[in-house]
Amino acid sequence: MKVLFFAGLRELMGESVIELDIDTSLTVAELKTLIRLPTGESLASWSQSQSLLAAVDQAMGSDATVVDPGAEVAFFPPVTGG
Amino acid sequence: MYRRISIQSADFSLDQTLDRLKQHSGSPGGVCFFVGTVRDTNLDEQVSGLFLEHYPGMTEAQLARILDAAEQRWPLAGAEVVHRIGALQPGDNIVLVAVAAAHRGEAFQACEMIMDYLKTQATFWKKEQAASGDRWLDARISDQTKLTDWDAGGADF
Repeated sequence: MKVLFFAGLRELMGESVIELDIDTSLTVAELKTLIRLPTGESLASWSQSQSLLAAVDQAMGSDATVVDPGAEVAFFPPVTGG
Repeated sequence: MYRRISIQSADFSLDQTLDRLKQHSGSPGGVCFFVGTVRDTNLDEQVSGLFLEHYPGMTEAQLARILDAAEQRWPLAGAEVVHRIGALQPGDNIVLVAVAAAHRGEAFQACEMIMDYLKTQATFWKKEQAASGDRWLDARISDQTKLTDWDAGGADF
């Protein structure tokens, strides 16, 4: 499973993309508990105090969105274009 | 409906967009333009530059969904959305939304709705170079409120 990070979160993670070896489907909320920041804190814990959006296969998702093993997931702060 | 979505580092030309809209959407009657530019002051600080990042692939998909929503809501003849990425200076163009329709009402409203959706749904992020240092901009609550107004009016997104 490919997980991408953008903007401030990309800088915080120190990486723009990671590959996770996951062979079952899971929810975005579950995936957030598996991803850790360089500080050791999970993304799930971090996102309790920070705004965080998720996309699954390039469409906006929520904590309940199901992610298949081959999916492309992205996490990012609220968007600020325009 | 004629449509064109472009994400590019180069500047854009309003004249070329107008020519394309007139050429491809059959003498539409009216074209409404919105152009967003880099401000020179933000949060009471001088801004010396801006860096725009995006999510390649998803950004184009989101903009297409936004144009779908506008097309479902109004009888439009054509639309172009151009958004720049990379390093920009104060005064530079950032975004262009142009909507062609038979009458100005639809063109004005669709242009505003496309911009409101773009601000909250299109995967772009701005990092500003200010006197106190570089900072990622925060989303504005007022932008989210504007989106809710469109949703209440039946926008399907």
